[in-house]
Amino acid sequence: MFSTAQAKSVIPGFNITMGFSLLYLTFIFLIPVGGLLLYTSLMSWDEFWRAVSHPQVVASYKLSFTASFIGASINLVFGFLAAWVLVRYQFPFKRIIDALIDLPFALPTAVAGIALVTLYASTGWVGQYFELFDIRIAYTQIGVVIALTYIGLPFVVRTVQPVLEDFEAELEEASAALGASRLTTVIKVILPALLPALLTGFALAFARALGEYGSVVFISGNLPYATEITPLLIVAKAEQYDYNGAAAIGTVMLVAAFVLLLVINFLQWWSSRRFSH
Amino acid sequence: MSIRVENINKKFGDFVALDNISLELPEGQLTALLGPSGSGKTTLLRIIAGLEQPDSGSIAFYGKDQTDQHVSERGVGFVFQHYALFKHMTVYENVAYGLTVKPRKERPSKAEIHKKVMSLLELVQLDWTANRYPNQLSGGQRQRIALARALAVEPKVLLLDEPFGALDAKVRAELRRWLRKLHDEIHVTSVFVTHDQEEALEVSDRIVVMNQGRIEQEGTPDEVYEQPATPFVYGFLGSVNLFHGRFEQHQIVVGADAIEHRDEALIHGTDVFAFARPNELEIITDVDATNGILATVTQVLAYGPQPRVELEGVNEIGQPQHFQVALPPESIKGLALQIGQRVRLVPSRLKVFERDSSAVVAGDKTT
Repeated sequence: MFSTAQAKSVIPGFNITMGFSLLYLTFIFLIPVGGLLLYTSLMSWDEFWRAVSHPQVVASYKLSFTASFIGASINLVFGFLAAWVLVRYQFPFKRIIDALIDLPFALPTAVAGIALVTLYASTGWVGQYFELFDIRIAYTQIGVVIALTYIGLPFVVRTVQPVLEDFEAELEEASAALGASRLTTVIKVILPALLPALLTGFALAFARALGEYGSVVFISGNLPYATEITPLLIVAKAEQYDYNGAAAIGTVMLVAAFVLLLVINFLQWWSSRRFSH
Repeated sequence: MSIRVENINKKFGDFVALDNISLELPEGQLTALLGPSGSGKTTLLRIIAGLEQPDSGSIAFYGKDQTDQHVSERGVGFVFQHYALFKHMTVYENVAYGLTVKPRKERPSKAEIHKKVMSLLELVQLDWTANRYPNQLSGGQRQRIALARALAVEPKVLLLDEPFGALDAKVRAELRRWLRKLHDEIHVTSVFVTHDQEEALEVSDRIVVMNQGRIEQEGTPDEVYEQPATPFVYGFLGSVNLFHGRFEQHQIVVGADAIEHRDEALIHGTDVFAFARPNELEIITDVDATNGILATVTQVLAYGPQPRVELEGVNEIGQPQHFQVALPPESIKGLALQIGQRVRLVPSRLKVFERDSSAVVAGDKTT
């Protein structure tokens, strides 16, 4: 007879799966991030503060966070619409359009950046019409927002789609039978149920936009204090062998992004708590 | 007539869900739409509500045509089998929903809504749950909230789709009595769908028995139970013993056996279905008697909620046929039956239908 001190779980393989997950996370995520923090810790506080609070850097934070936020917000609205259309209606080429949604993930971001510049430059297909109203898109902050919107497009669609597909038709019918108009039903019954998924999609799109580099550098023009995003500054520092400076700014981004994602996760937890059975 | 359904047809692809249904439902009564799954009862209810559009035909409430009215304008209360409560709203918000979504001009004041919601919650005896969320309530409680929510808009008709279908047997029985009592208090014209004949018999004022998209019979519970119009209704409304046979001069011949039966309307030589409920059969231990169907005792259940004797015989073409006889426990003991003993079954009451090829019998064996 033998006994184990530990209570055995019914689901087998805890040790091996947990062990492997930790190992995997260590190599893929913890060591790089740890390296970043290590580099930063080599700096004195003064050095660190000077590196991260330089006005040019601060301007880039502002742009990065606001443009990412606006981009994610646009994706929230139109991603929801796209998911709605894809789930609720039947139309020709639906499958193809559904597949196209994922394209921003597959297309090299540089290609996207160049394509967007070509379109939105003041002589481009789209840009020329905005030019008539004296609105410039390429090489301005608007361009940055467009690039960040583009790369975050799939997130909201893909998180909302399955939830919308599983949404009980009876809830809508109940709302209608109680006299609610279609719009009221969408606002009061459907949207609250989709809120956790919408927030997840938003958080993913926002996080992705914060880290985006490839497509933005082409469309933004990279003017210091105006259209320079933080990832670009980090690359610039690294290219000048200022690894400490790059690491310091990277750390700030890391912490800020982590805090924001934590807040969004908390919101998501709070909203989904009400739906748990 | 509060609800008038005229010549409703509905097809789903090739499947005929409703075949030219016409129905009138009297005001203030609780009507059961009873039938097996696929009989079209839920489709009919959803068409009355406006949740489904008929292919042809019309619906009117109190003489006013509703066929082209959207569900939100029909003034119906609809209760779903799985409650369909809004999970992100409290019980209070759920019940208030129908009032708060009214256009501003018709919307009652906050105080009036509060009063109405609380009185409804008291009516369903759940006023203490006002600030809870639906997932904190049991199934039976959720269904009562769903009912309160449907009643909040003062519907012209209340429609319930298998309202007790998702509940366990004990809660179901309790809620059944409770619904009957509630209906006696508020008297709103109500229709509920069920596949449970006991539920229909116990709760409703009227029963509409449906099968394969048609109405088999409508009437009071007493009428449909005591005078079933078709073999289907007879079979669906309770356990039955079925004898396939031929009518021959005051008796029904089933294979080698015969049952005495006098019926002036029946023509000699007609093929018939003869039905007897388990409580309408007697067991005769004298195997040599000329009257009665020969059967073998397979099980004796002298105790429990339904004391009965299970038997097996053969039908007219020699296949095994199951019979069931319900008797008081004392009688069962008095007969001193042994498993495997041969006995004769004699019906005290027999319902005979002429057999034509189109007739359908619900559960063509005892259930």
